[in-house]
Amino acid sequence: MFPAAFDYRAPSSLAEAVDILRQRGEEAKVMAGGQSLIPLLKLRFSQPALVVDIGRLPNLAGVERKDGHLRVGALTRHVQVESNTDLRTLCPILPEAAHWIADPLIRNQGTVGGSVCHADPQGDWGSVMLALDADFVARSESGERTIKAADFFQGPFTTALRPDEVLTEIRIPLAAHSAGAYNKLERKVGDFATVAVAVQVEMNGDKIAKAGIGLTSVGDRNLKARDAEKSLAGKQPTDEAIAEAARLAAAAAEPKADVRGSAEFKRDIVRVFVQRGLKTAVARARGGQ
Amino acid sequence: MAATHVHGGIGESIKRKEDSRFLHGKGNYIDDLALPGMLHMSILRSPHAHARLKSVDTSAASGMPGVIAVVTGELMAQHKLAWMPTLSNDTQAVLATDKVRFQGQEVAAVIAETRYQAEDARDAIVVDYEVLTAVTSPEGAKTAGAPLIRDDKENQKDNHIYHWESGDQGTTRAAFAKADKVVRLHTFYPRCHPAPLETCGCVADVNGVTGKATIYMTSQAPHAIRTVFALVTGLPEQNIRVISPDIGGGFGNKVPVYPGYVVATAASLLIGRPVKWIEDRTENLISTGYARDFHMTGDLALDKDGKITALRVHLDSDNGAFFADAQPSKFKAGLFHIVTGSYDIPTAHITADGYYTNKAPGGVAYRCSFRVTEASYLIERLITNAAIEIGMDQAEFRKKNFIRKDQFPYHSATGWVYDSGDYHKAMDVALDQLGYDELRKDVEKRRKQGEVTGIGIASFTEVVGAGHGADFDILGLRMFDSAELRVHPTGKAMLRMGTKSQGQGHETTFAQIVAEELGIPAADVAVEEGDTDTAPYGLGTYASRSTPVAGAATAMVSRKLREKGRKIAAHLLEAAEEDLEWERGRFFVKGSPDKGKTIQEIAFAAYTNLPEGMEAGLEGVHYYDPPNMTYPFGTYAVVVDVDKGTGQVKVKRVVAVDDCGVRINPMIVEGQIHGGLTEGFGIAFMELITFDAEGNCIGSNFMDYLLPTAWESPKFELGETVTPSPHHPLGAKGVGESPTVGSPAAYVNAVIDALSPYGVKNIDMPVTPDKVWAALRAAGVSE
Amino acid sequence: MNSVSPNLDALARHVSLKVNGAERSADVEPRVLLVDFIRTNLRLTGTHIGCDTSSCGACTVLVDGTPMKSCTLLAVQVSGRSISTVEGLAAGAAMSPMQTGFHEEHGLQCGFCTPGMMLVGTALLEHNPNPTEEQIRWAISGNICRCTGYMNIVKAIQHAAAIKAEAVKAPKPEAVAAGGGQ
Ligand SMILES: Cc1cc2nc3c(=O)[nH]c(=O)nc-3n(C[C@H](O)[C@H](O)[C@H](O)COP(=O)(O)OP(=O)(O)OC[C@H]3O[C@@H](n4cnc5c(N)ncnc54)[C@H](O)[C@@H]3O)c2cc1C
Ligand code: FES
Ligand code: FES
Repeated sequence: MFPAAFDYRAPSSLAEAVDILRQRGEEAKVMAGGQSLIPLLKLRFSQPALVVDIGRLPNLAGVERKDGHLRVGALTRHVQVESNTDLRTLCPILPEAAHWIADPLIRNQGTVGGSVCHADPQGDWGSVMLALDADFVARSESGERTIKAADFFQGPFTTALRPDEVLTEIRIPLAAHSAGAYNKLERKVGDFATVAVAVQVEMNGDKIAKAGIGLTSVGDRNLKARDAEKSLAGKQPTDEAIAEAARLAAAAAEPKADVRGSAEFKRDIVRVFVQRGLKTAVARARGGQ
Repeated sequence: MAATHVHGGIGESIKRKEDSRFLHGKGNYIDDLALPGMLHMSILRSPHAHARLKSVDTSAASGMPGVIAVVTGELMAQHKLAWMPTLSNDTQAVLATDKVRFQGQEVAAVIAETRYQAEDARDAIVVDYEVLTAVTSPEGAKTAGAPLIRDDKENQKDNHIYHWESGDQGTTRAAFAKADKVVRLHTFYPRCHPAPLETCGCVADVNGVTGKATIYMTSQAPHAIRTVFALVTGLPEQNIRVISPDIGGGFGNKVPVYPGYVVATAASLLIGRPVKWIEDRTENLISTGYARDFHMTGDLALDKDGKITALRVHLDSDNGAFFADAQPSKFKAGLFHIVTGSYDIPTAHITADGYYTNKAPGGVAYRCSFRVTEASYLIERLITNAAIEIGMDQAEFRKKNFIRKDQFPYHSATGWVYDSGDYHKAMDVALDQLGYDELRKDVEKRRKQGEVTGIGIASFTEVVGAGHGADFDILGLRMFDSAELRVHPTGKAMLRMGTKSQGQGHETTFAQIVAEELGIPAADVAVEEGDTDTAPYGLGTYASRSTPVAGAATAMVSRKLREKGRKIAAHLLEAAEEDLEWERGRFFVKGSPDKGKTIQEIAFAAYTNLPEGMEAGLEGVHYYDPPNMTYPFGTYAVVVDVDKGTGQVKVKRVVAVDDCGVRINPMIVEGQIHGGLTEGFGIAFMELITFDAEGNCIGSNFMDYLLPTAWESPKFELGETVTPSPHHPLGAKGVGESPTVGSPAAYVNAVIDALSPYGVKNIDMPVTPDKVWAALRAAGVSE
Repeated sequence: MNSVSPNLDALARHVSLKVNGAERSADVEPRVLLVDFIRTNLRLTGTHIGCDTSSCGACTVLVDGTPMKSCTLLAVQVSGRSISTVEGLAAGAAMSPMQTGFHEEHGLQCGFCTPGMMLVGTALLEHNPNPTEEQIRWAISGNICRCTGYMNIVKAIQHAAAIKAEAVKAPKPEAVAAGGGQ
């Protein structure tokens, strides 16, 4: 399988990139790592006239702590998150989720930004960002804007980004006494999730101050389980409270039956994973700083 | 004098001779071949499972850059090549002319300067289809009013292909009437695919001047392919040369003739330039030889003591759109009637029906000896279910019903003559290695704590090494195999065989047989296979037949040369032949061990100093037609834990005790077993080709057709017993397929054992989390 | 140089790479996959193709020392970078520790996955000289082997690690010299 013909540009600056997109954004595809785009080009599901390779842009890769936020550059590779030892205490859900994405070789090249922009309902980063209430920073010729994770994912493979925009970074709020967990059911390494659940909690004493829950592969996009999140706010993480949140999250899921299993099966795995995730996250938040 | 040590004889784990080129990236696989002027072919395939072909418009495609030709069914029909025979004496469309009968069927082909251009033009071909209702199961094929798939065949009025029986209906019926207990299992062994890492492909190079057609192709059976090609194309057989280069795995997938080979050859003939066709993975999975797809119902009759008194099986086989199973002609359901397995079952009756469906054709034996895998799975699943139902330990129940050592040669109820075996011993070794008794106690303890855990056992019997030629043939070609050995004047040798390695290490193993039999060190024996112009005729490598058949031929030809060597040695030593004694690599005079001649000295003399009247040279060929099949066996045991929350199964341990008779190169044998156990694991838990109601193939790429990686694959603990085959010249039985035949049932039995406290009796493969979850939740188990 | 597409139109780009230490370049269309560039343009056929969905790793090469799937990279995308393929593993006729490991431990059967496996193993040992079995299995989990069942591949990589550890203990001057040039 081979891509259909296309033109190719590899801008060396962000300014050049957004300028190209201003002119030809409608017929162009941005390429970061290419780990989702190239397979689509090979299948000829995607036949853009132009590929704009942003892979060489400087200063867009890496994770850093700034102003109470974690800034994840759009070109940060999955492996950079996976192997970042600081994150294991600072924001453990990030390396945990990264670990289960695709396979080691794809993690060496695929990017966090590319993943969220691809907006695959089976993608992992979207749910994580929803659980973390991250902000997405987009740049175009006309300037920069910030999009809330909850507004970013609009449907299967559809985001709030305009064709002339490039995602430059993801900002993740950092709070004390907070931690998360990512549970993923996959059939083998390299498989997308049958179901996965991202959970993040912020503790206030023995109570949950705030909870974030993102769901993978159980809807036409990554879902935020708002009712479940709300049900936990201000509550102690008792078995009952956790079970209730798990029930609400399962109810919020919109799974479809396919070769991976029935809708009931997937819904129940959401329940199981919300329970497991909350328990792990609470323990981590308590154990951590 | 101590026997000279000849390096690389039987039983030595010498390192593989073939490794070096692969380790340096210098293997020579089909896609590595680049001939001057070579063109590239891309095939347009049907998106529909069943549709009438109304028109194929190639006008736009023909004019595209780089395009040399666009071939359609119509063009092939003009050359009488639109249809070809299958290995099961049916016909198969090369390029569709009337209808398409499965999704992925070949409709047209573009030949262009590059593959990129060929695909560009392929996408520009416009086909008008009238979509018809698709039949996707034997059940559907049988229903009244089902669409007739093979309306091209004159006498075909429905979708039924064959009915086949084995055993004795009367005695079986009587035994069931008297049974104290009947255990029934209905199970579907789903469609899966050998999916070797290298897909199929060819480079066809027809010389317009000489008429010689050289076809390089990924074939496990190049000689048989040559003959089929001669029959299909009408080319004289001496003008066809099939060369199998290095093959990146076969597992049965590379036995049949595929339409792509025929089209590429025809195109090369028409255009006068070499044409390369390499499948992509989707083409491989949706159109080439699948495996299994058997719907089986088995009944086991037991007396009150737990002795099996009879077995009854009915199966429906889903054969796809063309009956193209690769198997001996006589046996429509392959060797399925080995289904009585390792058990002394007095009577059995097997019935089988094959059906056309709108699915890909070509039921090949995916690492299996023609449907033995399905048989072994059914009996081993039945045995475990029976043990659970009567409350007897699985191992105990097996031992109670095994064929005893003293019963061999054993005549089975379906007509097989098992050559040798010691099933109790293999079982004991396996249980011991596993620590079965302790483990059982541990399982019971953990179950009380709410864990879901179990142990599965399978004690399989394989039947491999086809022929005997009188019973086993493919399209009339008797299933013998051959070896030709030439010893050069310097004592180095060249061995050629009719088989074809796909990674099994023939270049090493067969050299070891020569080393053993003739005393030429394995390092000095070059082994060559796969070129029909140079190698002797043979039926190829599949069904674990290389060692049993070509291995035997190699031993026999070596012995022939050794006998000639004796004469030469006698002449050189001026001794009588009867006074000479053989030790590996040397004849010496009885009583004076210092007076001798090495095989190298004898070889030199064969060209320089011969006895009066003897033909020069030290060469020979042997065609070996085995007197019987060989019957490898073993016991596998698997331990699993089940996650109650998600239904995921974790394989904790796998103990595999194999008896494949004499092991020529134990390292290679173990490698084969590792590989087969992993494929068995894949089949049991993840590999699946399935279809939706419209006949769309699900499992058409490696994101959907799941192959285990190192992460999921279990670690294996191997054991062995050695019961030599009494009729094979080396006592060897063949091993490549035992692990795929034996292990799926062991894996599934472990899951069923784990779920047995909840009354679960069956989960069909692949045993995926959703199925286990459903079984658990139905029993009220949750997290 | 023979290129994948002889119809070099306006789209063609100049690609130049360092491959196994040597500068290689050609003009190709942007759509040409790195694996095709390596196999067809450079005629280095040790890098294989086993799938269309980036699932098998038969096409693995090292890009600046990091294993990646060359079927999921465009040649233009990696222009200017350094690529290692299986053909670059050995120093002349001498096998690298990884090749020796695969030979000694019977880590290959048909050999089709082997180049990818050895490259992943080589990269792994660069940053983790003494990996556990679990770490090896995880590292090679993007590469499928249909033949070996992975047991001997794990052993092969461990074997290579042992050879390298020995070499560190007792460095052989010739080996160092041989590794430098080609
Ligand atoms: C075999 C396989 C298995 C996989 N398994 C998983 C998995 O389990 N979980 C998972 O989450 N993902 C999985 N992926 C996807 C993988 O994570 C990709 O790396 C990721 O989705 C895309 O990252 P990329 O940098 O390669 O993006 P690209 O492929 O370059 O781009 C993807 C899309 O995003 C757009 N885009 C990229 N970057 C930007 C940007 N900065 N601004 C605007 N638009 C942009 C592109 O135009 C394109 O539409 C898998 C991929 C493969 C091939
Ligand atoms: S060819 Fe399969 S991953 Fe590249
Ligand atoms: S050795 Fe054949 S695929 Fe690995």
